[in-house]
Amino acid sequence: MQEQLNSVFASYQGEKNELIPVLQDVQEELGYLPEEAMCEVARFVRLPEAKVFGVATFYARFHLEPRGEHIIRLCCGTACHVRGATKIADKLKTMLDVDVGETTENMKFTYEEVACIGACGLAPVMTIDDKTFGKLDPDKTEKTIKKFDEDSAEGGEA
Amino acid sequence: MYERHILICAGTGCISSGADKVEEALIESLKEHNLEDKVRIIMSGCHGFCEKGPLFIVFPEDIFYCGVQAEDVPEIVEEYLVKGNLVERLLYKDPVTGEQVINHDKIMFYSKQKRLALRNCGVIDPENIDEYIIRGGYRGLKKALQMSPEEVVNEVKASGLRGRGGAGFPAGAKWQFGLSSPGDQKYIVCNADEGDPGAFMDRSTLEGDPHAVLEGMLIAGKAIGADEGYIYVRSEYPLAIKRLCTAIRQAEEYGMLGNNILDSGFNFKVKIKEGAGAFVCGEETALLASIEGKRGVPRHRPPFPAVNGLWEKPTIINNVETLANVPLILRRGAEDFASVGTEGSKGTKVFALTGKVNNTGLVEVPMGISIREVVFDIGGGIRFGKKFKAAQIGGPSGGCIPEEHLDLPIDFDSLTAAGAMMGSGGLVVVDEDTCMVDMARYFLSFTKKESCGQCIPCRLGTDQMYDILEAITEGKGKPGDVALLEELASAVKQGSMCGLGQTAPNPVLTTLRYFRDEYEAHVKEKRCPALVCKALLQYSIDEEKCIGCQRCIKACPVDAITGEKKQPHELDQELCTQCGACFDACPKKVGAVQVLSEGLPEVEEAEECEEGCKCHN
Repeated sequence: MQEQLNSVFASYQGEKNELIPVLQDVQEELGYLPEEAMCEVARFVRLPEAKVFGVATFYARFHLEPRGEHIIRLCCGTACHVRGATKIADKLKTMLDVDVGETTENMKFTYEEVACIGACGLAPVMTIDDKTFGKLDPDKTEKTIKKFDEDSAEGGEA
Repeated sequence: MYERHILICAGTGCISSGADKVEEALIESLKEHNLEDKVRIIMSGCHGFCEKGPLFIVFPEDIFYCGVQAEDVPEIVEEYLVKGNLVERLLYKDPVTGEQVINHDKIMFYSKQKRLALRNCGVIDPENIDEYIIRGGYRGLKKALQMSPEEVVNEVKASGLRGRGGAGFPAGAKWQFGLSSPGDQKYIVCNADEGDPGAFMDRSTLEGDPHAVLEGMLIAGKAIGADEGYIYVRSEYPLAIKRLCTAIRQAEEYGMLGNNILDSGFNFKVKIKEGAGAFVCGEETALLASIEGKRGVPRHRPPFPAVNGLWEKPTIINNVETLANVPLILRRGAEDFASVGTEGSKGTKVFALTGKVNNTGLVEVPMGISIREVVFDIGGGIRFGKKFKAAQIGGPSGGCIPEEHLDLPIDFDSLTAAGAMMGSGGLVVVDEDTCMVDMARYFLSFTKKESCGQCIPCRLGTDQMYDILEAITEGKGKPGDVALLEELASAVKQGSMCGLGQTAPNPVLTTLRYFRDEYEAHVKEKRCPALVCKALLQYSIDEEKCIGCQRCIKACPVDAITGEKKQPHELDQELCTQCGACFDACPKKVGAVQVLSEGLPEVEEAEECEEGCKCHN
C-alpha cells in the first residue's frame, strides 16, 4: 500500500488545501480509504488525523469500507422519484440481497442511492460504473443487471 | 468543402440512449457510400430534447430525426443523404396534434424557447474553440479588455442580470462589492456544484459550451481585478470535467488564458476543483471551505465572500448559467440583454423540465413566460393523457405551484410570492398520480440527509419534520401533526444559518398551502388519494375479471395470492405487503387487480401498560 500511496503523493506538494484531491486520488488507487491510508495522508498534508477523518466522513463520495467490483448507483432525484425510482430500488435490493451502501456477498456489486445524476430526461435512471441506463422499470432493471453480470463475467469489461 | 453537416447530440442523456453507437454507424455508412468527404459529423453538446434522444439533425436543410439508433443509420444515409427521401418514421411527431414535424425550429419544444445562455449548446462542437470563436466567442472579452473595470461592472449592472444559482442576487451589485474591496489578490469562483435533484442545466452548459463559462469568468476577473479563478464542479459530472479541461487547454493555446491576454496586460488562470459529494457545498461559504480542503460547512455572513472569501481574499462566486450570460451582455450590450424578460427579472432562464410531461429536457425561456406555456406548449402536456396537478419549481428549496396558478409568470419575484423559488431551475411536473405528502416527505428525506449538522434547528428540525411526514404517509398520522409541522417549519426557517435550512421547509409549506386536503385525507381518513403511500393501499382481485393466468401469483414476493390456472385467484390481505407487484403483473386489458385507498380500520388506543407508557403492543 505504501508504494501506491507514494505514487499518489508524488504529484502533490503536501499542502493542507490538497487534502480533498489527495483523498480522491488515494481512493481511486485503493478503491476505498482504509484507516492506515488516512493516517498516512494526514502525515503527508500535515494535518491531525482527526481532521482527515472528519473530511473523509463529511463527503458522500469517500468510502471507508471496501466496495464491490462494480458500483450501481440508482438516481433518487425528484424526476426519478415521481417516475417510480422506489420500485426500482425495491427490485435492486431484493435481487442483489443488499441494502443501500452494501456490497453483494461475492463482492461484485455495491448498491448506492444518489441524489441526482442529472439525466432526468431519462428517468428513472441508474448507472453501473460509468454507464448510464435510463427509462427503467423493474423488469428492465433485472435484465440489465443480469446482462451486465454475464457480460462482465465473460469479457472482463462490460 | 462539406455539402452537409450532421449534428449528433453527445450530451449525457443522448449518449446513454446510444449516441456514440450512432456515430460509429454513421462513419461506417458514410464510408460505404463514399460520402466521408462530403458530410461532416459534429458531436455536439446537449440539444435539450433528452426525451427523444439520440438526436440526429441534418444541415443545411435542418431535418430533425429523433430516437435514432445505430441500426437506423444506414437507412438515413441511403434513403435521405443519397436519394433525398425523408425517413418519415424517424421524424418528430407532435404528441398533441399527432402531426409530423420536419424542421427542428418548427417543433413547439424549440419554437417557444429563447436560447441565450444555451446559444451554442447543441450547435457547436464543444471540444473545438474555433467553432466557439466563429459564433462570436471571446468577443465580449475583447471588449471588456478595452474597458475600465468600472465600465464592465456598470455594463453588467445596467443589464439587470440576476444570479441564476438560486436567490437571484443582482450580479452587477455583487461585482461592485468585489471591485470595491481592497486587496492585491482576488478570486473568481464558478459554482458548478449543481446538487438540486431534478436540475441539470449547469451540466449541459459545461458539456455543451464550456468556453462561454470561461469567457464569463475572464470578464468577471477583469471587472473586479482578479487574476485567478476556480471552477468547483461535482465529481458526478465526468464529461463536463473532461470538456472543461479541454477548453482550458485550448484557451491557453490561443492566448485567451494565461499572461498578457490579447496583449492587454491582463493575466488570468483557471483551475478545476472537483467536489466530493456534499449538497451543502452549493452554498457559497461551504464551497469555499471545500476548495480550501476542509469540511464543507457554511459560515456566518457577513463578512461576505466579496470582502473576505477564498483564503480570506475578496472572492466573487457566480453560478454557471450567470457566467454563461456575461459574454453576451458585453458583446451585444446591456440594453439588448435587458430587452428580454420582465421589469425585475431580465433575460432568460434555463429550466430542466422533467417529470410527467411528454417532452422532458432542457429548455430556455424568456423570463415572464407562464408556467402553462412551459408545461403545455414546450412540454407537450402531461403523459398518457393524465391530469396536471402541480409544478415543483426550485428543487428542495422550492415549492409546488398548483393548477390555479398555471398562468403565473415565471420570474424571481412572482415565484417567491407564490411560495416557490426560482432556485437553480428544476421544474418537475407532477400529475394526479403523485401524492403531495409523499413529495414533501421525499424532499425532507433529501435535506435531512444533506444538512451539514451545524445548526440545531436544521439538523434536528428537518429530522423531526421527516419523522412526522413519514408517520403520516404510513397511516400513523395524529391530529395536530399538521400544526406541529407548521410550527417546526417556521423554527427551521428562522433558526438556520444558511440557505439550506432556511429553505428546507418550503416543499412542506407550499404543499400544505395548496394541497392541505391531501394531508387531511392521510391524517384523518388514513387515505392516500393519489394511491401512492403503500401502507394506505388495499389490493384486491376482481373475481369477475380474473382470467386465472397466474401471472400475479408468480410476481407476488410473499405468496399472498393463491389459485388454480383458469380459476379466479384470491389475495390474502393478512399476508399482502402492498408492494404492487401483482398490479404491475396483471395484463392491462384484463385489469383484475385493483388498488384502492379507502381508509384503514380504526386502531383502538392502547391502554396504558404496566410501565405507564402507551406502547401499542
